[in-house]
Amino acid sequence: MKYALLTAFHIAVLLIAPIYVVGVINRVKAYWAGRRGPRLNQSFFDMLRLMKKTPVYSEVTSWIFPVSSTIVLATAVTASLITPIVPGFAPFGFPGDFVAFAYILGLGKLFMMLGALDTGSPFEGMGASREATYSALAEPVLLLGLGTLAWASGATSFQDLVIPDVSLGMNIGLRIGIALALYVVLLIEAARIPADDPTTHLELTMVHEVMILDHSGPELGIVQQASALKMTVLMGVIAAVLNPFSVSASVVGACLAAAASIILIGLLAASVGLVESLIARFRFQALPLLTLAGFVVVMFVLIIFNVGQGHIQ
Amino acid sequence: MTLITNHANARLTALDELTTHDYPEFQTEMRQRLAGDDRLVSYFGAPSPADAAPFLHAVFIAQNGELVHFRGRGEPGANVASLTSEFPEMHCFERELHEQYGLDMAGHPWLKPIRFEGRDIEQMNEYPFYKLKGKEVHEVAVGPIHAGVIEPGHFRFMCFGEKVYHLEIHRGYQHRGVEKLLLKAPLRSLPPLIESVVGDSAVAYSLAHCRAIEALADLDVAADVERIRSIGLELERVAMHLGGLSGMATDIAYLPGSTSYGRLRTTVINLSMRLCGSRFGRSWFRPGELRFPFTQTHRDDIRQSLELVQHDIAFINKSFTESRTVNHRLRTICHLSKEVALEIGVVGMASRACGLSRDLRTEMRGGVYEEHPIPLVSEPTGDCWARGMVRIREIEASINWMLAQSDLAHDVDAGTPPQITLRPNCGVVSLEEGWRGEVMQYLETDANGDIAHYKVQDPSLRNWFGMAQAVKNNTIYDFPICNKSFDLSYCGNDL
Repeated sequence: MKYALLTAFHIAVLLIAPIYVVGVINRVKAYWAGRRGPRLNQSFFDMLRLMKKTPVYSEVTSWIFPVSSTIVLATAVTASLITPIVPGFAPFGFPGDFVAFAYILGLGKLFMMLGALDTGSPFEGMGASREATYSALAEPVLLLGLGTLAWASGATSFQDLVIPDVSLGMNIGLRIGIALALYVVLLIEAARIPADDPTTHLELTMVHEVMILDHSGPELGIVQQASALKMTVLMGVIAAVLNPFSVSASVVGACLAAAASIILIGLLAASVGLVESLIARFRFQALPLLTLAGFVVVMFVLIIFNVGQGHIQ
Repeated sequence: MTLITNHANARLTALDELTTHDYPEFQTEMRQRLAGDDRLVSYFGAPSPADAAPFLHAVFIAQNGELVHFRGRGEPGANVASLTSEFPEMHCFERELHEQYGLDMAGHPWLKPIRFEGRDIEQMNEYPFYKLKGKEVHEVAVGPIHAGVIEPGHFRFMCFGEKVYHLEIHRGYQHRGVEKLLLKAPLRSLPPLIESVVGDSAVAYSLAHCRAIEALADLDVAADVERIRSIGLELERVAMHLGGLSGMATDIAYLPGSTSYGRLRTTVINLSMRLCGSRFGRSWFRPGELRFPFTQTHRDDIRQSLELVQHDIAFINKSFTESRTVNHRLRTICHLSKEVALEIGVVGMASRACGLSRDLRTEMRGGVYEEHPIPLVSEPTGDCWARGMVRIREIEASINWMLAQSDLAHDVDAGTPPQITLRPNCGVVSLEEGWRGEVMQYLETDANGDIAHYKVQDPSLRNWFGMAQAVKNNTIYDFPICNKSFDLSYCGNDL
């Protein structure tokens, strides 16, 4: 019963939250720009509109292009089902699933890039190359962050990772440090400023957007929803890391945990909007510095944790 | 050479009194001036009446601010040698002469079509792009149709990874035939046409035309009218610079700059709308005439609107120039050195961002700008940051200048169209410093006093090459911001 309810909650969040996450980001940006902004669920209507359209394919594309968008969505959905949004619960879990999480998303990215290369456009090839670079930079931070959690909690399954069994001070430090590192990963993987600019019209500076230039109609809708889902899942992980409650406690505790995660996802969306409103995009060459910052934070957390636990004298 | 009238920025000479050299002499004169302190403004052709070789006109600005205009003429069928290898700034002018008059320009190192004038359009597909060879060379073709709402132009990058080794810009997709069109239109229909040659510089083009016609028709214009004209020109500059800054902020994804500069631009163009009925200053000025009155209401409006801009822009300038990410993104990017800028003849705003002081408002004598000088704005660094800073500082200078001029200008009633009869057999060179750089027009009348030749030159003709140079050795990722920082005109080149 508890499992069914939590699964229903998990799926409901994954269906609804991506729409509102995009909505909140856009509204925050609109607020800072002195505009009213689109309604919060606008991306849902955008998707409906796209679903009604007939896709157009370039003559040079092969079978990879049409299937790539579906695979991107499928991997995002699969990853979302092993990811905890509320600490202590994910619909599926198995030992080492946090590594699977990283590489299921990686598979989606691979097909995203193959689909882009399949169009034969020099822009899209450039975008795919940049995406590969960005991924290579973000991956160590993601895996080191999750690995540190695994060590701290002694668990092997993603859903249990986020409940470290350590002293309060260490607990808070660990959570904040890892959340910061994952936030860097979020900005890069979700193609947000300062790593990428989701609203630009300049093909030569795009990363994620340029790879979907040739997608149209339902496929564009699918890719956009998959990106929104991926962003929400990453926010969900950060929310779970920061969430002070957990589902393993009482019913009230579980409800509090669920509410806290929803609020945290909302705040994270607002913070992404705030970052996009207040700073310019980085130079391409400066991106390694951003990932390095995330990496250094995790390394610090790892060292402090080890010293605190007496592993290092 | 006798100077008939001395309107500010326009030089009228009777054709039979215009210094005309034989070709070898002309070549020597050109070499001397190009190597000396004079600054080349233009080098263009004009047809000669008797099917002989075309006249080659050269326009310089001497060190003392005087406009120098002379012409040369070759023997029919004789070779015209290129000076580009010695003086690279000649390259675009010689390419144009080659294209328009079939002069062979022997020894030109880069004799490629500039706008495919009078040729089969199909030939545009065979443009001889410069190629780099190598397995890892990545060739990126952008345009002529772009993702944004911009004009057509093709950019061919030769890259290794993200790094750009060579950029070649291929323009000439518009084929409007401006110079021929201007000869077909009756005199009174010329101003609207001229204002449409480069729509974002309508006032600069219109003023250059007015001055040329006034010089040809012996029309005098009151000092107050001149003042109001300059206010129009500066308003255009401020509006376009604000738009440019907004565009630069958009391209680096800096939201506060993008929206605030854009909003202020609206304030300025709406002021222009209230002053003359057009947000872009169209139909405001006509030869010998001010079409809209200037009264205390307008003076108050100018003060109120510009003070609002002054007040608000202080905040946004502060956030833009102090933002670390903006500094990091713009500084040292797409640098164009002073030496290269000088060598290839970059003019206007872009040249002032390389530490040059090419600004007709301060270089030339006469007119409102001599009476009330406007400070010269120049930034030494030559990068995208400098091109942004030149805009920011010019906006400030122009607003202060306009506020002072608007207080000095007396009330003026709207004029009536004057009778215009042009002097026969005269040539007039007219220059105006638009927001992008110097706009040149040359008009020549025949024995009946009809316009026989109309030459138009936009600063973009010369500056596109500078942009291509600035991008080299930067990443292709930085190209859009570099392009926006120069903000050159496609139609100004294509004509």
